[in-house]
Amino acid sequence: MPEKIPDGSIGLVKSSTFHFDQPLSLACGATLDEYELVYETYGELNTSRDNAILVCHALSGTHHLAGYYCMEDRKPGWWENIVGPGKVIDTNKFYVVGVNNLGGCHGSTGPTSRNPETDKPYGPDFPIVTVGDWVESQQRLSEKLGIEQWAAVIGGSLGGMQVLQWAIDFPDSLRHAIVIAAAPKLTAQNIAFNEVARQAIRTDPAFYDGHYYEHDTIPESGLRIARMLGHLTYMSDDIMAEKFGRALREDTINFDYGVEFQVESYLRHQADSFVGTFDANTYLLMTKALDYFDPAAATGSDLSAVMTNVSADFFVLSFTSDWRFSPQRSHEIVKALHDNDLNVSYAEIESHHGHDAFLLPLPQYLSVLGAYMERIATESSI
Amino acid sequence: MSLSRSDFQVISDWISPNARVLDLGCGNGELLSALSKNQGVSGYGIEIDDKNISQCINAGVNVIQRDLDLGLSDFDEDSFDYVILSMTLQASNYPHRLLGEMLRVSAEGIVTFPNFGNIKSRIQLGLGGRMPVNRTLPLEWYNTPNVHLCTLKDFEELCEKLDIEILERRAVSHNNKSGPGLKLFPNLFGEIALYRFRKKV
Repeated sequence: MPEKIPDGSIGLVKSSTFHFDQPLSLACGATLDEYELVYETYGELNTSRDNAILVCHALSGTHHLAGYYCMEDRKPGWWENIVGPGKVIDTNKFYVVGVNNLGGCHGSTGPTSRNPETDKPYGPDFPIVTVGDWVESQQRLSEKLGIEQWAAVIGGSLGGMQVLQWAIDFPDSLRHAIVIAAAPKLTAQNIAFNEVARQAIRTDPAFYDGHYYEHDTIPESGLRIARMLGHLTYMSDDIMAEKFGRALREDTINFDYGVEFQVESYLRHQADSFVGTFDANTYLLMTKALDYFDPAAATGSDLSAVMTNVSADFFVLSFTSDWRFSPQRSHEIVKALHDNDLNVSYAEIESHHGHDAFLLPLPQYLSVLGAYMERIATESSI
Repeated sequence: MSLSRSDFQVISDWISPNARVLDLGCGNGELLSALSKNQGVSGYGIEIDDKNISQCINAGVNVIQRDLDLGLSDFDEDSFDYVILSMTLQASNYPHRLLGEMLRVSAEGIVTFPNFGNIKSRIQLGLGGRMPVNRTLPLEWYNTPNVHLCTLKDFEELCEKLDIEILERRAVSHNNKSGPGLKLFPNLFGEIALYRFRKKV
């Protein structure tokens, strides 16, 4: 699609894959004897190996943070706004790594991968993975990449939860933790939305209990509904009013069930572009990882107590109109950090874009995140 | 390094080395940054303004973006050695509650504010018949964030009511001078009032 690569983009990029044959014990009790992680890197690892940044992705994200795979690519990576030469996460200074999580459908081992025991795709037999499992697998990737300590681990939404888990599970392996639009655990409402999405997929006649690959089909309508529902929770009422209002596609209403309102058209478009690129079993797994995330469960829901060994400096960000993971949820994280006398800064970005804001180039967001990245660079003379 | 505001030097003198400090309305982080560099002080600033947040982060200051009028409920009792409220009391909606909150989370409180009893303000209001506009109160009545201006006497009366013991008081001029007039008549000549206080035992 780009006739020429836009200024400020990292440009053409390639992903790589590591094969791991050391078994990984998962929280659910299952073990993955071997697995692959697909990842992408941008910039150069310096000689002191202290300029590495790990970016953890959210529910439907991937390892493809920035740049284009080829000149025919329609879209760049999902965090093109933030990651690139001279950008907020500056690839001229930092060695930035994106990784596709286990259970994903973009190259890392997941439901669509071949199960070595059956020689068929795992499908629904792929074990349920947790945020803790992901972080463990990412730690092994760090070893392979020769990174003893990340300058920062960064993530938004479900990605931010991985950052929290990193700081708790591997306190010495990161100097800074940047948690954007996240929560220390889901609320009942959050879980309920996930369950409706899962039900949409699982009750689709084309789901075949997760074995749809063998029937050469996909639970398209279920996945579409799940994605539409997800998108609703990513936007605020205000931004929907501003973007669509009650605008119609044609001048008159037709008294039928076709696409009449612009907002209907938008949701269908989002569903269309998702169905071809995302696996339904992976979607189910990702929502479960969200639901189960609760690092403080071990200490009777006392987040401060579970953070006593944390040593990373934190930067926590939230967006005012985000009702999926509201600023209040970030306050909980910040409180647990200052309860432990840890270094933490917190910015609450004024925005009417809802949860989606963390993907957008909002001036104040870029300003504070840029300032923090600059601080990381300065303190290590990067 | 010299500090840009006359009250900052006095505050720095009052704070013991390596103390835990919470700075309410920390602005661009200048005071906390200096305290941390010169006196090994650690802690957090609370600030609401977007520009100041970026500047605090630039300065390496721990800053938490929050509206002070929402209180300090996220901070546990006795989390700090000092809570500082510099030139912010008069802009808060509930000064009396804020003072109570300060002494809940900290052993001692430090407050500085523009003295509305200063002779310039008295003349501007008493003789000129207009709301004072001067060096410590630079904005007009309609665009000032100050909603609870007070004098030294007013503040001390409130402390008495709230069972607050004043440990130190300083009244200084705009450029931190404190001559004999200031010592004798602080409420008349002081432009900025500074107090260090704690709960009455």
